[in-house]
Amino acid sequence: MPPASVTSKLAAAAAPGFVLERSAAVPALVGRHQDFLFIAGLGGTACDVGAVTGDGAHVYSLGGAMGAACMMGLGLALARPDKRVLVVTGDGELLMNLGALAAIAVIDPPNLAILCVDNGHYGETGWQKSHTSLGTDLEKIAIGAGIKRTRTVAADADIAEGARLLREGNGTAFVLLRVKPTEPAEFKRNFDASLCRDRFRAALQAR
Amino acid sequence: MDAPLEQMSGTGWQHELYDLLRRHDITQFAYVPDAGHSILIDRSLADAGVHSIPLTTEEEGVALIAGADLGGARAVLLMQSSGVGNCINMLSLIKGARFPFLALVSMRGDFGEGNPWQFPMGQATQPVLEAMGVICLRIERPQDVIPTASAALTMVFKSGQAVAVLLSQQLIGAKPF
Repeated sequence: MPPASVTSKLAAAAAPGFVLERSAAVPALVGRHQDFLFIAGLGGTACDVGAVTGDGAHVYSLGGAMGAACMMGLGLALARPDKRVLVVTGDGELLMNLGALAAIAVIDPPNLAILCVDNGHYGETGWQKSHTSLGTDLEKIAIGAGIKRTRTVAADADIAEGARLLREGNGTAFVLLRVKPTEPAEFKRNFDASLCRDRFRAALQAR
Repeated sequence: MDAPLEQMSGTGWQHELYDLLRRHDITQFAYVPDAGHSILIDRSLADAGVHSIPLTTEEEGVALIAGADLGGARAVLLMQSSGVGNCINMLSLIKGARFPFLALVSMRGDFGEGNPWQFPMGQATQPVLEAMGVICLRIERPQDVIPTASAALTMVFKSGQAVAVLLSQQLIGAKPF
């Protein structure tokens, strides 16, 4: 948890639309995690996915190379059209590589979905506000990039629809999950990028 | 340009290079539009057996290659030397996880270049790639294209290395403007 002074500042900073708890909303949207191959962004989303999957071999989490998650998901989805690929990334990482949304939209693989966990802040670096709590709307950017199936999930009532979209196979889906700026699930993740690559590939070949 | 693809195939090094990449099971061609790669790009767009992926910036292609490898597929990144500069931090992914990585780089800002804006990145291309652990193989003569590309394919997909093949302006021609 961030120190109390930071937390109170966060409470003041949190916009009204950011009310869901990521520790509950991410598992609810993912559902049965064995149905997906995962690419997780660095920072909080790697912990979100680690907590949901128990650090499974069907997950590749970034620890750096910020901005890579969405395009790794595209390469994986094209390589394995028989599997559903779910990219889980944060607002900060997505903002760093917005062009990837356009690159993905024109290919539009039906087995790819992107879940952006948007807490409006850069949690890893001291909870500075990100652009999404200052007016940037990533769902509108995804729509503008050409992604046809998008939703914003900002309340419990939106979760069922968001979960459905992540699993539909009609084209690439983009779900923006707005959450409170709170710490992600505690999870001690593996930072050995090469070991995780070998593990992922071996498990996929065995399936 | 009006000749059918079959007839053109094998007539220039660009066509031979495309055929070589396909024989090595490359099924994802990621590119930022570039005159030096136009034949490879057009061949990939016309090829139902591959995915041809236009990028908005070159670093997207680095991440795409890593994702393709996770799924057991082979990809190549086609870019100009100026695009190499856009890839640097993303190459952490390649070096850190030892993803096989193949890039074909058409050079600007070297032999006979007429646009001074191209020199800073053109001259820095090989040093910055090498600083990030990418082996550079430079080609200056058409007869060296296939042997060099073959060597690169072996280094990348048999030995798991990161290799950039630099297509020099002696090979592809310098832009005089």
